[in-house]
This record gives sequence, C-alpha cells and structure tokens, in this order.
Amino acid sequence: MRGPLRHTTKAVAILGVAAILLAACSSSKKSNVSTGGSSATSAASGGGSKGTVKIGFFGALTGPNAQLGINEYNGTKLAVDQFNKKGGTQVDLVKYDSQGDPAQAPQLAQKAISDKVVAIVGPAFSGESKAADPIFEQAHIVNVTASATNPGLATNGWKYWHRVVGNDNAQGPSAADFISKKLAAKKVAVIDDNQEYSLGIANIVRQTLGSLVAFSDHIDPKAQDYSATVNGAKAANVDAIFYGGYYAEGGRLLKQLRDAGVTAPFVSDDGAEDNKLVSTAGAANAEGAYATCPCGDVTQSTTAGTFVQDYKADAGTDPAIYSAEAYDAASVILQAIGAGKTTGPDINTYLATIDFKGITKEIKFGDNGDIAASGIYIYKVTSGSFQVQGLVSQLIGS
Amino acid sequence: MTTQPEDPEAAPPPPPPPERGRLAQLTASADHVRERLRGVRRNLPDITGIVGAWWDRRPKWQHWIAMLVALVLAVLAPATSVGRIMAPSSDWKTILFNPIGVYVLLAMGLNIVVGLAGLLDLGYVAFFAIGSYALATLATKQHWNFWAVLPVGVVIAAAAGVILGAPTLRLRGDYLAIVTLGFGEIIRIVANNSNWLGGPRGISNIPHPPAIGHIKALTYGVLDPKPYYYLVLAMIVLVIFIVRRLERSRVGRAWQAIGEDEDAAELMGVPAFKFKLWAFAMGAAIGGMCGVLFAAKQIAITPDNFQFLLSVLILAAVVLGGSGNLPGVMLGAFLVAWLPERFRSLQNYRFLIFGAALVALMIFRPQGLLPSRRRREEMVAGEGGMGRLGAEVMETPLETPA
Amino acid sequence: MHFHNLVDQFWPSTVDGLTVGAIYALIALGYTLVYGVLKLINFAHSEIFMIGTFASLFLLHGLDIKGPQAGATLVGVLLLSLLAAMGASGIAAVLLERIAYRPLRRRGASRLAALISAIGASLFLQEFFALRYGRDLLPFPRVLKKSTLFTIGGGQVRNDKMVVFLAAIIMMVVLDRFVNGTRLGRGIRATAQDPETAVLMGVNIDRVVVATFALGGMMAGVAAMLYGLRFENTQYIAGFLPGIKAFTAAVLGGIGNIRGALLGGLVLGLLETYGASVLGSQWKDVFAFAILVVVLMFRPTGLLGEALSRARA
Repeated sequence: MRGPLRHTTKAVAILGVAAILLAACSSSKKSNVSTGGSSATSAASGGGSKGTVKIGFFGALTGPNAQLGINEYNGTKLAVDQFNKKGGTQVDLVKYDSQGDPAQAPQLAQKAISDKVVAIVGPAFSGESKAADPIFEQAHIVNVTASATNPGLATNGWKYWHRVVGNDNAQGPSAADFISKKLAAKKVAVIDDNQEYSLGIANIVRQTLGSLVAFSDHIDPKAQDYSATVNGAKAANVDAIFYGGYYAEGGRLLKQLRDAGVTAPFVSDDGAEDNKLVSTAGAANAEGAYATCPCGDVTQSTTAGTFVQDYKADAGTDPAIYSAEAYDAASVILQAIGAGKTTGPDINTYLATIDFKGITKEIKFGDNGDIAASGIYIYKVTSGSFQVQGLVSQLIGS
Repeated sequence: MTTQPEDPEAAPPPPPPPERGRLAQLTASADHVRERLRGVRRNLPDITGIVGAWWDRRPKWQHWIAMLVALVLAVLAPATSVGRIMAPSSDWKTILFNPIGVYVLLAMGLNIVVGLAGLLDLGYVAFFAIGSYALATLATKQHWNFWAVLPVGVVIAAAAGVILGAPTLRLRGDYLAIVTLGFGEIIRIVANNSNWLGGPRGISNIPHPPAIGHIKALTYGVLDPKPYYYLVLAMIVLVIFIVRRLERSRVGRAWQAIGEDEDAAELMGVPAFKFKLWAFAMGAAIGGMCGVLFAAKQIAITPDNFQFLLSVLILAAVVLGGSGNLPGVMLGAFLVAWLPERFRSLQNYRFLIFGAALVALMIFRPQGLLPSRRRREEMVAGEGGMGRLGAEVMETPLETPA
Repeated sequence: MHFHNLVDQFWPSTVDGLTVGAIYALIALGYTLVYGVLKLINFAHSEIFMIGTFASLFLLHGLDIKGPQAGATLVGVLLLSLLAAMGASGIAAVLLERIAYRPLRRRGASRLAALISAIGASLFLQEFFALRYGRDLLPFPRVLKKSTLFTIGGGQVRNDKMVVFLAAIIMMVVLDRFVNGTRLGRGIRATAQDPETAVLMGVNIDRVVVATFALGGMMAGVAAMLYGLRFENTQYIAGFLPGIKAFTAAVLGGIGNIRGALLGGLVLGLLETYGASVLGSQWKDVFAFAILVVVLMFRPTGLLGEALSRARA
C-alpha cells in the first residue's frame, strides 16, 4: 500500500483512536452503575427493590456430580424461605449453576456481580472456588462454602471467603488412618481424578500413608474406560483402595475394579458419599464401600431441631450430604442480613465476629475464614445406601 | 449447463416409461415440484451479490466514512439501552467482550487460514489456549504485566503455528484437518496433564492489565467490563487493517493463487509451502493475541476453556459468515456468539436450535451470508470451491436399468 | 515413563487394546465409506453411533431385562439388541444424508459447507438426546455375566471382550465380501474411484450414496451394541470421543480404505493402551495423535493407502 492510501489509513487510524477515547470518556461519565476498577469504595450494594437483598447459590445443579449441589441448594432455600416468612427484609435467592466446572465458574461469577448479589452460599466444589473466589474477592461479595474442603483455599489471603465445614487437612489423614489402622492394609492403591479437590485430598492421603502406597494413578473424569488403572491396581495386589474424587467417577471406577476381580475394600471421600455411587457401580459392587466426611448424618443429630422435617416438607426428599451445612452457611448470612447488614462489606464485618449455633456445629470463623477443625465421620454402604458408622477417631480407638 | 443445438442425427427420444404405481406417481409429482422450486430459487435475485457489486463501485472515501461510522457505533455499543434489546437475559456489556468480541477476533484469525489460504484447520483453539496460558504462567509465576506479555504471547503462538505447520502443511486437505484437530486436543491435554500449567485445576488469580494513566476506560477490573471491550475492539480494528493490507499484497495474491490451483501456482513461481506457513503463523498470532486478552478478563483458566467445540464454533462462524470475506466472518462470528445469548430464555433449547440453524443455513446458503467475491463467482459458475460433492454428476441423473 | 509396565501388563493391555480397537474399527468404517464415496468428513457419524447405543438400551428396557441371561435367551437378547442398534443407526444415517447432505450435493456446495452442515447435525442430535433423555450417564442392565474364558500370559480374556472382538471381525469380513462381491458394492467402489465415469457406466449415484450411508450406519450400530455390552452405559455425548478416535483410525489406515479402517482401528486401540500403560492413561490420546502425525509424515496416504478396496487385476 503506497502513496495517498497510506496517508488515508494513518488518518483514519488516528481518527479511530480519538473516537474511541472520546466516546469512552463520555460514556463513562454517563453510566451511573458501579464502574471503575477494584477500588474499595465500589462495593457490591444490595440490589433490587427497596427492602430486598439478593444472595446467590453457586454450585453444580446439573452435570455429572450435581446431587451434591442440589442437596446444598435445597438446604439454602429452606433457610431463605424460613427467613422470608419472618417478615422484614426479604431475601431473593438466585441460582448459579456452574455444573461444578471451574471453566464456567469465572463467567458465572461475573454474572453474579452484574446481578448485584451481596453474598453467595458456595461455591460448592474446590475447583470452582479457586476459579471464582478471586472474582468475588475483588467485587467484595461474601462467599460461604459448605463443602469445598481443599485446605489451600484458606491460604489465599481472601477476606470475603468463609467455610463452615472441616477441611481436608483433617479429612485426609483420617481417611489414611482408617485404611492403615482399621482396615490394617499393607498395600494401598491411591487414585484420583486430578481435580483440585480430588488431587488435594489424595495427595494428603499419599503423604500420610507413605510407604504403604503400592500403586498410584490418576483417571480422566471424562473417560469411560479405566482399564489401565484397573490393571495396574490388580497387578500391584493391593488390599485397600483410596479414591479421591466425586461419586460419578468413583462409581464407574469401583464397578470396573470389581468386574476385574479386585476385591480390596474401597474407601473414598465426601465427594463420593452419595447413594448415586451405589447406583452407578451397581449395588452388589458397591456393598461395603466406605467414604469419609467432615459432615455427620443430620438425620441422627440431636441438635438439628425440626430441620429434617422442614427440609422434607420444603424439598420433598430427605436431607442428604451437606444439606445441613448449606443450611448453616445460609443461616449465618441471613443472620447478618437480619441484623441490618445489606452490603457485602457490612455482612463480611459482621461474620468476622459471629458466634452462631448452627444445626451442625458452632460456627466461629478464624482470621482466614476457616472454622476450627471438626470430627471426621466414616460411612459405609450397607444394603444399598451409605450409613454412618461413627467418628473415625473413635473407630480407630486412637 | 450449456445448451446444445439440435442434432438431426440424435437418437429419437426414449419411449415413455410404463404405467407406474401410486407411490411412483407421488414420487414423480414430488420431484416435479422440487424441480420447479429449484428453478425459482435459481432465478431469485442474488441480493448480497447485487449489494456487494454496488458497494465495490463506491469511491474509496465513502468506504472510509462507512467504516468510521461503524467504528463509532461499535464504541457506543455497550450502552444499557442497547443491552435491553440485544440481551435482555444476560449482561450485555459482559457478552460484548466474551463471547462476541472474542469470537469475532478468533474468526478473523481463522479466516486467514481457512478463507484466504484455503487450509482446513480444525484445531484453531490451540493457539487461543497458548496465548491464554502464556499470560497465565508469565503473569502469575514471573509477575510480568499484561502489556509485556501481549507481544510475547503473540510470538509464542505464531511459533506454535510454524511448528504445527512445518511437518503437516504438505499433507492433503482432509489429512490436515485431522492433524490440526489432533494438535488442538494435544495442546489441551498437555495443559491438562502438566502440573506446572496447573493441570485440570488450571491457573487462577491472573492479574488485570495495569491501568493506563487514570482514564476510566483504560482501567481494568471485575466490576466494569467496558475497558476490556474497548481493548478487544482496538485489537479487531488493528487486525482489520493488517488483513486488508495482506489481502492486497503479494501475500494475499499468493494465497488466492494457491487456493485456486496449487500446482499451477507453484509452476508460476509461488512457493506454496512458504505462504501456507505464513497463513498459519498469522492466524496463530491473532489467536494467541486473543487468548492473552481472554485470560486477563477471565482471571482463572482451565484446559476445559479450550475445547474442540470452540474450534468448531469458530469454523462454523467463518463458513456461516462467508469464508474469505472479512465483514462476512465478522457477521458470522457475531451471530454465532450473540444468538445463543439473546435466546438464553430458551435456555436448554439453544444449541438444539443452533445446530438446526447451521444445517438450514448451509442448505439454503452454502456460500455463507456475505460470500467473498471469489465464492460468489464460484456459485455462479456452478463450482463449489474446495471440491464438490459429486454435484457435477447430479445434473444428469441416470436410472440404472432394473 | 514406566516401560516395565509395558512388559508386565503386555497381555492384559493387548487384550484390552484389541477390544477397544475393534469398536473403533467398526465406527471408522462409517467414516471411511462416506469419505471414499463423497470425500466428505461425516461429522455426525459419532451421533449415529450414539443413537445405536440408545436403541440397544431401549430394547433391553423393552424386553425388561434386569439381569444376566443365559443360553438361548442370551443369544436371542444379544441378537435382538444388535438388530435394534443396526436398524436405528442405519435409518438415522440414511435420514441424515437425506436431510443434511443431499440438498448440498444438489446445489454444488463446497465441502466446507457440507462439513458445517455435518457439525450442525451433530450438535442438533446431541442436544436432542440430551433434552429428551437427560445429560447423565444411563446404565445398561448387565446382559452377559462377565466371566473369564481363558488367560493368555497375564491377560484375562473375558467373554464380553471376546464377543466384541469376534463380532467386529465377522462384520468386517461381511462388509468386505459385500463391497467386493455384490453389484451395489461394485457401484460403491466405482463411485469412489471416479464418479463421472460411474454415472456413464450406469451407476445410480443416489442409490449408491444411500447405500453407503446405510452400511456405515449399520456398522456403527454393531459398534454401538458392542459398546453397550462392554461399557454398560451411554450418554448423549457417548459418541464424541469414540468418533474422534475412529476418525483418527480411519485416517491412520488410509481414509477411504475399508481394510485400512480395520487395521487403523486395531492399531490405534493397541497403541493407545500400550501408551497408557507406559506413559499413564492421561497421555494416551496425545500418544495416539502423535503416532498419527508420524505415520502421515512417512506415509501421507495412511498405512494401507486410499483405494476403497484393493483393485482387482
């Protein structure tokens, strides 16, 4: 391109840049909603009409491991419904279905910002937490998770992040101790699906078991065929298997292990502690499988009050894993709202000093947003469903 | 089809077919109707052809004015009033950046490879991923800032394009397709399996570009998507200029020659392989640039952000819009990005309708919405560009004797 | 890199590799047939396969099969499930051709447009099944009680793996006979070789195309039933990964070549499984694609070249 054309191009380029800058400056003056960068003053304010505050539930409501998110959503919804019935400030619960996918989480978190929610129950999984929480942090949106147990989440220096359940620094060693002491296994296979939560807890188990680990592998949660892993576990002649991951893949793996003739006891974590594991693996294959959880069985709890009946009336099913913890997570937020705090930063300040008697435990947040360690329970598949056996520490007798 | 003069020595017309049954009669009448429709369709005025020809005749200054107007409109696009019409159930300002801006930029890049140079690339998402991961690693581990990583990401992506192209561009079209598909998957899987790239957990906490001066439009954060939109707009304008210059240069002419007939081009002294590699590298560079920007806005990336489906969507956008034609692919990308968001209320049926729409559009307008001049000429001549589907034999169907 | 795994687990890997490779080979046949005749990459073939798995599942539900069968019932159920899958996939393939490709053929559309149409059809079918039947994995009732038939080295040859392998080989032989023996098969080969001359020689291209799609679809149906037998679940995206692998296998063996599809499928299955045992299962896809690139660099037309079948002297 030469001659006059080049000059024209330059001219248009300069004009173009000028146009952008001019228009940008003018439109930014006109826009009235929260603009600008991450300055501390542009907080997330309570949106909606007068007297309504929006909070959100963030987690997997559809997708392979959706049952965990659904349980938590039901618990959250129950808390919100009960709160709204009391009159006063009304709370709008908005659903954010991430499918548990950290790839979708950032975009969804942006949507929560534009929807002007002030607080989030969730994110439910550790992977999506890692992806979405920096965004909530920058937008000053309080987030309280009921199930993301990765210990690393507490070490990011996040001020708006909270957790109401024990983390994997307790769960991992408990699972490992259960395997080495109660099951008295000498050769253990430790398998995970490489996700944030799964790898985290599996690595802690590997570390605790040390030389007892005879076989270690990672599976692809999207694949169907795990024969390479199964063959390896079989060849290593293991007498116990730990799986770090969620129920959908855990069930598939368990089925293929049993089909290949591997009879060693199968132990997994809270992500797998759902009866869908049994239906995926097949009742015969799943019988006797174990799962740890920092959650107790709320149907057997003495501190839950009328929660179980209320839940059943509201959601139509029995409460399942993490329903009660989500109820508690929502309750602490709702208590702050009830005390007149309707913006993210205000709710956050309130939560820093809260001392709440939840239905699962007493909730008091440390400086990093985490709670004090809680007991780890063990569940066993008996007659086709997970039944709580008791606290790991008591079963081991240590 | 050329008509032949009456041949006095031609064989007499074949005897009329024997009496057919009801089913055969119905099929015959259906065929008859179809023939009539086909005739009608052929005689319909080619609107985009007419408008395109009219546009080409306009003097250059009118072109520039029109482009300036388009630019101003684009800059004013993220207004809330516009958003109410364009995206009632999503955040218009956010989707203007991603997916709309991102898809348009990616489609322009893929257009160089598929549209201008005629190479079937099914793994374009790989370069997008490389750019994103370049920012993610350099910014979180080495603490480089966005503006420093941008050129580096572009260069790395272009280098990847050359590395991919060097052994594979000598392969024939469809083999190139599967190899590029494989490359796209390889990049994703390598990212998924490498712990230093975060594995399936990805990399999060990617910092925003540092603000330029104290101009609000150049301050990047999570609360306001507009600055990112302006940045992607600036990149789009830049790429438009680059592609326009390329199209009119030796390089563009070489691509056209290679696309029409590679052997003839080689004989005329065009080093086909070198120019194909150029196309690959340029397309990759644009993909990489877009990737760097995407990672900055997204803050957290995982390998699942770079799936094969994205390569497919961008390719669909290019072909839908009119491969080889820059305004066409931009329109195509805009539609592919915007329509599912606009009809979010249809929620679950979005991709169902999208799939059906792709099929329908290809049936009724296989040359794309705004076909390039070359494609328009091909359609008129009855050829189908990158090889035909046996259509040349469809004009003269013969019945096999029973 | 665990090379010792390759040696230790050689026989189990070989057995598993041949099994999954047989399934790839059957699906690859569909890709290779359609490509040979139309030079079109039938992207929606993976959904044809998926439809076959659903048909097989519904038949089992329809027959109210809850647990393993034996004897004559077993054979009957397997055959019925096979027929259901073949029928459904075959019909789906023919309909696909009718709706998504034939109009493009008539209009002289470019291959790229046909590819986009294929992609659109693929998306549509996936979403349709997802909306209709949900996005979760749907389990199959266990029809065949899995038991080990015999052991080679350390590898247990289970009855279901044996069935998969043998069925694939048999169908491949049947197809080969068909293409090389019958009139329609000759028509297919002629069209693949030179469409214009084929028309001049009196071949009905439309009928050939329909037959090609039907045959490819039926082979995918066989693969679908065997997949259901071996993996015992299906999903709306069940076709995606096997589809890509099978396409790779077809190219590896020589796209357009039927025997190439068989060879490519088995080779890919084996290489994948060996690669998984040496490098870890997360690298097996990378390994497979890398092999493809290397093979294509040295043999650009694939292992067996591109002829639809060996030319008769």
